Amino acid sequence: MKALGLHLGVLLTLALAGLLLPDYHQGMLTRVLVMAVFATGYNLAFGYTGLLSLGHALHFSAGMMAAGLAMRDGMAPEAALPLGALAGTVSAALTGILALRTKGVSFMIVTLMFAQAFYLTLLYFGAFTGGDEGFPLPGSARQMFGLDLTQPGPRFTVALLLFGIALLVQAALVRGRFGRSMVAIRENEERSRMLGYNPFTIKLTALTLSGLYAGVAGAAYGLLFGYVGAGFGTTQYSILPMLYVLLGGAGTTLGPLLGAGLMAWLIDAASSLTEASLAIIGAVLIALVVFAPKGILGTIRERGAKWLP
Amino acid sequence: MGTGSLLMLATLEGTVMAAVLALAAVGLSLTFGVMRVVNVAHGEFFMLGAVLAWAVAQAMPSAPLGFVAALLIAPALVGALAWVTDTALLKRLNYNPDSTIVATIGLSYLIQQGALSFFGPDARAVAAPFTLRLQFPGFGYSGYKLFVVAAALLVLLAVWWGLTRSRAGLVMRATQVDRNTARAFGINVDRVYAGTFALGAALAALAAVLLAPISQAHYLMGHDPLLLSFIVVIIGGLGSLRGTLLAALVIGLADGILSMLYPPTLAKILATLAVAMVLVFRPQGLFGDRT
Amino acid sequence: MAAVILQATGLSRAFGGLRAVEAVDLNLTAGEIHALIGPNGAGKTTLVSLLSGRLSPDAGRIIFAGEDITRLPAHTRVARGIAYTFQITSIYGGLSVFDNLALAVQRHRPRDLRQAVQAAADRVGLGSYLQAEAGLLSYGHQRLLELGMGLALHPRLLILDEPTQGLAAGEIGDFINLIRGLQGTTILLIEHNMEVVMALAQRITVLNMGQVLAAGTPAEIRANAAVQAAYLGVEHVAD
Repeated sequence: MKALGLHLGVLLTLALAGLLLPDYHQGMLTRVLVMAVFATGYNLAFGYTGLLSLGHALHFSAGMMAAGLAMRDGMAPEAALPLGALAGTVSAALTGILALRTKGVSFMIVTLMFAQAFYLTLLYFGAFTGGDEGFPLPGSARQMFGLDLTQPGPRFTVALLLFGIALLVQAALVRGRFGRSMVAIRENEERSRMLGYNPFTIKLTALTLSGLYAGVAGAAYGLLFGYVGAGFGTTQYSILPMLYVLLGGAGTTLGPLLGAGLMAWLIDAASSLTEASLAIIGAVLIALVVFAPKGILGTIRERGAKWLP
Repeated sequence: MGTGSLLMLATLEGTVMAAVLALAAVGLSLTFGVMRVVNVAHGEFFMLGAVLAWAVAQAMPSAPLGFVAALLIAPALVGALAWVTDTALLKRLNYNPDSTIVATIGLSYLIQQGALSFFGPDARAVAAPFTLRLQFPGFGYSGYKLFVVAAALLVLLAVWWGLTRSRAGLVMRATQVDRNTARAFGINVDRVYAGTFALGAALAALAAVLLAPISQAHYLMGHDPLLLSFIVVIIGGLGSLRGTLLAALVIGLADGILSMLYPPTLAKILATLAVAMVLVFRPQGLFGDRT
Repeated sequence: MAAVILQATGLSRAFGGLRAVEAVDLNLTAGEIHALIGPNGAGKTTLVSLLSGRLSPDAGRIIFAGEDITRLPAHTRVARGIAYTFQITSIYGGLSVFDNLALAVQRHRPRDLRQAVQAAADRVGLGSYLQAEAGLLSYGHQRLLELGMGLALHPRLLILDEPTQGLAAGEIGDFINLIRGLQGTTILLIEHNMEVVMALAQRITVLNMGQVLAAGTPAEIRANAAVQAAYLGVEHVAD
């Protein structure tokens, strides 16, 4: 009950912020929300199930490319968004079947390699995908359910709606039977096996769900901001959701949003002083693993707020 | 140019590639083998070596002098940075595999930014210490490139000798087998780890200094060597030095020859997928021991 | 004569050159408490690992409730009703007692999870510890939690690997009472403490060097000269 209240409260605050914030910050919040959908999916795999993937850029860019290419060919966004979700889901399921035969460091490298291979493939077929240059989506293609997504207001509404669904689905999932079994795999795989759980099935399901989230986020990113490119398949887009989740708190429902938001405003605030956004990402990553491996919300939960979802 | 000459040229190019790659990959393999950590910043240590080589060469009056100075100074500086990284950062993380990967990812961003801020976004040319052109039947070839192969071989032999024959190598191998037992026998494990990490980084930097006159120095140049080193180390069997050398030779040659015949991107895609498959279906590598 | 619930024939497993278990036959009757004893290194844990599916045998067959389960993975065997509690306590240290038990209880999809977990906790006397972090419980309580998780699976066969190891005398008494009170569950008990074995077991199988040395009722085992020589030690059987 307390948890549901908190989640609804956060969503309401976000809605108000969208109404009240000046255009520049509203635009940033829109971007943060889309990236938070991505990170929330990553949290399901990494935060709850303990699967440290370094290849989620693959599912993000698969969703973006599938939706973007389809829209370029005239598909309506109402159909292209689910297509992007499907692309993320399928790419995660297929790579998961192979990658989950490995563990630990090997799992990280295998996922990294799959994502890298996909990125290079996007470049190789640059004539079709636009390669690193990418391609813009015309305004006429970005009309969904009567909303003009070239306008900041409708853009924010769609982003908030997607994040709201992502958050509530995640919250319901992790409170339930399946959520408990994901955490069980993370905490003690051998014990879980001897309670009758099939670790492979649980991990693959978590990874696939996580790919679904990434696919939605990628497709929405292209749709909302009108640009699709292979650049979203680089390793950096695998690192970002990991960074957000680590910062906000792995295995907490609101950690991904908090991490994505904090990083966005941190880099924004710092950009008036320095152009060194790479250094900020690097410094935050190092500070986190050394000083706060549980992230912000994870630390708060540990220090007493046990009810924190 | 006839087919024979073309093939010979491709083989030569592949050999140069293999030599540089072997140096960089042996560095990565050493850190993984002895410390069981994956250093994602390895590519940035490589880049730093090349960029420092340019900076050092700039400060010197002549190209040969600059090159020799770079050959000594750049690996030393990079090694020192790695030593500090190990004692100040990795040791605090207790070499936990996950944390180490995240931390070295962070480090790679920091180094990249540092190189960008201090040396700028442009690609910098480093002059070769000598310009000798050897005439082969059908084509001329840079004498410097052959020097690179010889130098890399020399360094690799030295590393090999050091690991198998010297006391330091014995201490490293003992630590690799079991760090707690090594500690019980009075080995200063902290120093072995810091030294290994520094040596691995210095080898990458050395490879980059050798390569700099051939390609160029640029703050984003670390990405490909990282990927290729990973590929070599994994195909060769994680932590197996013999496998790493063998794999570097095979992959360097294959890369040199294939990139003459096929587009380099396609070759990279196939190589990346091959590595993933090796890890999935044959985790001990193609040439690795089962241990 | 009650039905045989588990029948293992000719089970063998080697590690390198070491034959940890060799040509072992074992029959468990439904509802019995069957003890597996033997000196250290006799192959007891290897044998139950083969039965529970944590290891696969080099040779032999395992029939459980009339079906061949030799090739089934561990988690499928658990779903069929073979539960295993670890010799070295293996609980989810970072989770609450509630979640630990719920992970076992929810396998049966009870209508009221909360109530079912409470019942599972009460059964092993941990009813008032539901919110505690499992890793912070005392050692004895952790052993009980381990047992509680096994029981909460409602197994048809429960394999207990050294359940009383490290427990205090009073806790051992409680454990014996708890196991005696179970109805209808077949139990395979690996145990070093002969008092516990003699108090609980209806039949005993003695392993030595990976092979079955003797099998029978406690009285028969006590009287068996080979067992006395190999394991109990002659001076031990004074009574």
